[in-house]
Amino acid sequence: MSQIGSFALLLALALSGYCFVAGFLALAREGPGSARLAETARRAGIATFAVVLLASVVLVVAAFQNDFSIAYIFHHSNRDLPAPYKFATLWSGQEGSLLFWSLLLGAYGLVLRLRYKTDARLFAYASVVIAAVQVFFLLLLNFAAHPFALMQGSLPADGNGLNPLLQYPEMVIHPPMLYLGYVGFTVPFAFALGALAMRYPGEKWIHITRRWTMVTWGFLTCGIFLGAHWAYSVLGWGGYWGWDPVENASLMPWLTGTAFLHSVMMQEKRGMLKTWNMWLIFSTFGLSIFGTFLTRSGVISSVHAFAQSSIGDWFEVFLALTLATCVYFYVRNHSHLRSEHKLESLISRESSFLFNNLLLLIACFTVLWGTLFPILSEWIQGHKETVGPPFFNRVNVPVALLLLLLTALGPLLAWRKTSIESLRRNFLWPAIGALLAGVILVAVGVQPWKDMSYLYSLMTIMLSVLVALTVISEFVRGGRVIARHTGQNLFASMAQLAHRNTRRYGGYIVHFGVIVVMIGFAGSAFNKDAEKELGFGDKMNIGPYTLVCQSYTQDDNPNYGSEWAVMNVFKGGKQIATLNPERRFYKASQQTSTIVANRSTPLEDLYLVYEGQNQDTGRPIIKAHLNPLVMWIWVGVWIMLAGTVLAMVPNSAPVRVTASARVQTAPAGAD
Amino acid sequence: MSNSSLKRGLQITLIVLAVLASMGAGDDARFNALGHKLMCACGCSQILLECNHVGCSLSERMRSELITALDRGDSDDLTLQGFVQKYGPTVLAAPTATGFDRIAWIMPYAALLGGIVLVSFIVRAWKNRPLLKPADLPVEIHGAELDHFRQQAQKDTQL
Repeated sequence: MSQIGSFALLLALALSGYCFVAGFLALAREGPGSARLAETARRAGIATFAVVLLASVVLVVAAFQNDFSIAYIFHHSNRDLPAPYKFATLWSGQEGSLLFWSLLLGAYGLVLRLRYKTDARLFAYASVVIAAVQVFFLLLLNFAAHPFALMQGSLPADGNGLNPLLQYPEMVIHPPMLYLGYVGFTVPFAFALGALAMRYPGEKWIHITRRWTMVTWGFLTCGIFLGAHWAYSVLGWGGYWGWDPVENASLMPWLTGTAFLHSVMMQEKRGMLKTWNMWLIFSTFGLSIFGTFLTRSGVISSVHAFAQSSIGDWFEVFLALTLATCVYFYVRNHSHLRSEHKLESLISRESSFLFNNLLLLIACFTVLWGTLFPILSEWIQGHKETVGPPFFNRVNVPVALLLLLLTALGPLLAWRKTSIESLRRNFLWPAIGALLAGVILVAVGVQPWKDMSYLYSLMTIMLSVLVALTVISEFVRGGRVIARHTGQNLFASMAQLAHRNTRRYGGYIVHFGVIVVMIGFAGSAFNKDAEKELGFGDKMNIGPYTLVCQSYTQDDNPNYGSEWAVMNVFKGGKQIATLNPERRFYKASQQTSTIVANRSTPLEDLYLVYEGQNQDTGRPIIKAHLNPLVMWIWVGVWIMLAGTVLAMVPNSAPVRVTASARVQTAPAGAD
Repeated sequence: MSNSSLKRGLQITLIVLAVLASMGAGDDARFNALGHKLMCACGCSQILLECNHVGCSLSERMRSELITALDRGDSDDLTLQGFVQKYGPTVLAAPTATGFDRIAWIMPYAALLGGIVLVSFIVRAWKNRPLLKPADLPVEIHGAELDHFRQQAQKDTQL
């Protein structure tokens, strides 16, 4: 089994190497044979995917067959591991996840190479870049992190098992989503580098990569929030985002990718920001690789320690080569990237995009700075400093608030120039609505003068209301125009409006999702928690809830043993739920994991954690968290994804009304 | 006991209770605030009050030490310094605002300020950039050329 996998990896390396070299030569020399050479390169690229797929299937089959002669299977699986987690073994460790990365890159490359007729030469350039990245990962897989390496000595009877933290349903889909996001940015990067290298005329490459970028951004968004939901549900500390270096590593390309999605519109519409966009997508790809480097190299301590190793040097070299290549082509061809238009007014959609990009990049810089500061501090002071949540929250929250303000203002600004009068007219009612929301919140007991976090929460909710009202007003205004012309009702008209310009209105829906998420974040300022050792019938109170310990017991199955409590939840004297916080002890890995019991409502989450047992009394220690508005975060993400999908749907053709039809439908006496 | 002295006694009791209650609340708030400024020193990379892994050798002890320091009446700075002395500088969840650590706090704001200045400069420079071609006198346009401008206007106003 391992021999088939090893051979497949070597063959994949040879094929991707051929794809890169032959593709490069075909582009470098114009001649009669270059088209045929390019075609062989394209086919080699397609074959690479098939062979990497074979290697991946072999690894999964080895997991299902409990083939512990393969070291990777021994370290990440065991006989009693449930089937879905055996499948997830593919990406649960270092070598397997690199293979998975290579597989996804091969899949993206396959789609790209099959669609090459859109623009054969540009696609050929992009194919060469993707092949180069693929060669790097296959070199790693063959020579530094071999997934089919064999066990030394006698064959073990059972494996070490999967890390318990990963034995959770979301972990079966969180890494693939995140990887689809990380790897996906290779495609717009490849097109950008290809377009720069060939001095591609016009902005067609941006049109071609737009959907790729949105798909990738959607996957990364989904992956990040699945990770947050996993942390919330499994780690049991009551939060969803801990500013861990690996979380930060996923956030950074998301921030630059978001900036890119906005700024490319300026290039498409106005032929501006060409250099900026080029470097933005280079940086996004670089940060994706950098994120992988952080996850793998162990340079920074993280809760994601299960994937650490010494392959950091490979990534450093690859990052340096990538940067050198980008700089080389930029220096050679930067004259091709001159702007075609000038900025006409400070109050315009263009300048709002500039400031939007600035804020997103500052947020990215802040995250990068905070993540790397411990290393910098060690170099300079001789000891590491911790840069944890207090730092990130304090410096990023003001930036996020400014971004929310821009999200509200941006859609109200026209391209080229907006008059102050028009801005005031469109902004007045949303602003009054936001102020009203602030007054209501203070009236119901939010006291922003008491704590900075309350102030931030109040501002977040007010700005979110502002964004919501501007988005709604945009829909209503456009819908009314259509309703007037077609006679449809307002909602049908708004649906038609969104279908006519899916990108614009899909974007607004994404914005709406963002504010729902932000409102969820704002709730964290009002979190409460309590902890108590509970015997049979003992009670504890948190917020409006009374928790009564009805029972506590133990359980056992081949994979793990568990301790859990049965907690009855009362509100206003009435029982409303029964929750079972649990703690598991996984036998193969000899590790413990928390299974949180969570009663989630739109207003708040009642989140119970089985902290452990008092060794003397044998009674469970239960920690209860009351986390307001958390559900809004997960709902907001669904809205964001729905908006992203809408933005990718092609526009419907505008309804054309002929002059004769207009005359026929004109009201009597309209002459 | 006269009514007035009973009333005064009741008032004093209420005041004392209120002060005691607010002192208690203050200690809870301080415990919560300081506990979120400290990391668990066991190496789990979690905030002290959020460390929840089974068998943690340090978090329970550190929480007790924090309570003891607050009961002793130590100031926030003194309490944090005590932890730094005992567990090293990595016990603080964020860099301090002194010495080299100050750079950690300054840089993001400096970058924001520098970025705003830079973008404002770019906007000004772009605004003042001369047109690539001198403006011609208005001429009448027809047919395909007019269609081209229509398409351009539609493109400009679509998004």
